[in-house]
Amino acid sequence: MPSNEEIFEKVQETLIDALGVDDDEVTSEATLQGDLGAESIDFLDIVFRLEKTFDIKIPRGELFPENLTSADSSLVEDGKVTAEGIEELRKQLPYANVDKLADDPQVENISNLFTVDMLVKFVASKLG
Amino acid sequence: MRWFWIDRFIEFEKGSHAKAIKNITMAEEHLHDHFPGFAVMPASLMLEGMAQTGGILLGETSNFEEVVILAKVPKMTFHSWACPGDTLVYTAKLTDVREEGGMVECQAHVGDRLVADGEIVFAHLDQSDPDYKNVDQKDFVFSMNLLGILDVGQAGDGSPANN
Repeated sequence: MPSNEEIFEKVQETLIDALGVDDDEVTSEATLQGDLGAESIDFLDIVFRLEKTFDIKIPRGELFPENLTSADSSLVEDGKVTAEGIEELRKQLPYANVDKLADDPQVENISNLFTVDMLVKFVASKLG
Repeated sequence: MRWFWIDRFIEFEKGSHAKAIKNITMAEEHLHDHFPGFAVMPASLMLEGMAQTGGILLGETSNFEEVVILAKVPKMTFHSWACPGDTLVYTAKLTDVREEGGMVECQAHVGDRLVADGEIVFAHLDQSDPDYKNVDQKDFVFSMNLLGILDVGQAGDGSPANN
């Protein structure tokens, strides 16, 4: 199994190809949307490339769950993710740093869960 | 005017690859201004031709049940140009097909000369979304006689075509 560093390098290449960003922008902490400018359609492109690069299968919604907050209103209240919502996110995104969101649970911070580090951990779990 | 930027498929291997041609003629009005005195096929329309080649290749894998839309062009390089009298050959190879969409690698050639190459990502529209409920691509494919341009040497299932 490749080391986390090797996985990071390949994830970095993947994001350079998919998002047209420079390698020095793709740091471990960089958020896909906020820092690297990814849009929703880029997620599909990223999934394609990760599958090909690492020869893994990523079922729909496993890496980038759809409609995280829209359907069930009990997960969001007054623009904030509820305690129930935080638990749900921990379940759906086990490789994301949900603790950070729990400290400042604004809905718009959900997108910050998707970081380069999260992708690396996700891929490592698939390869492990 | 119909938004067809391919004239005919010349190869169609279900779920694998397809080739389509586009004959460029001086009768195409957009060439009169692109550019005055130097008519060249706009790169954007070559991209559309490659997207139609790849999009139909992808749509066919679901028997056109999925609504396929061009989502993203991660990479596209134009190396050369194509003029009236040229036949552009668009090649699309499916590199990925999944529930949410698909991806193709594509090229445009005039003879042996590479005109463009790149990648195109397609998404399947979420048909449960009320905003898209009136989109019927199957109807589009069939009513617009797209099957006519699918009349190629090899049918979608690999059997000989009936032309």
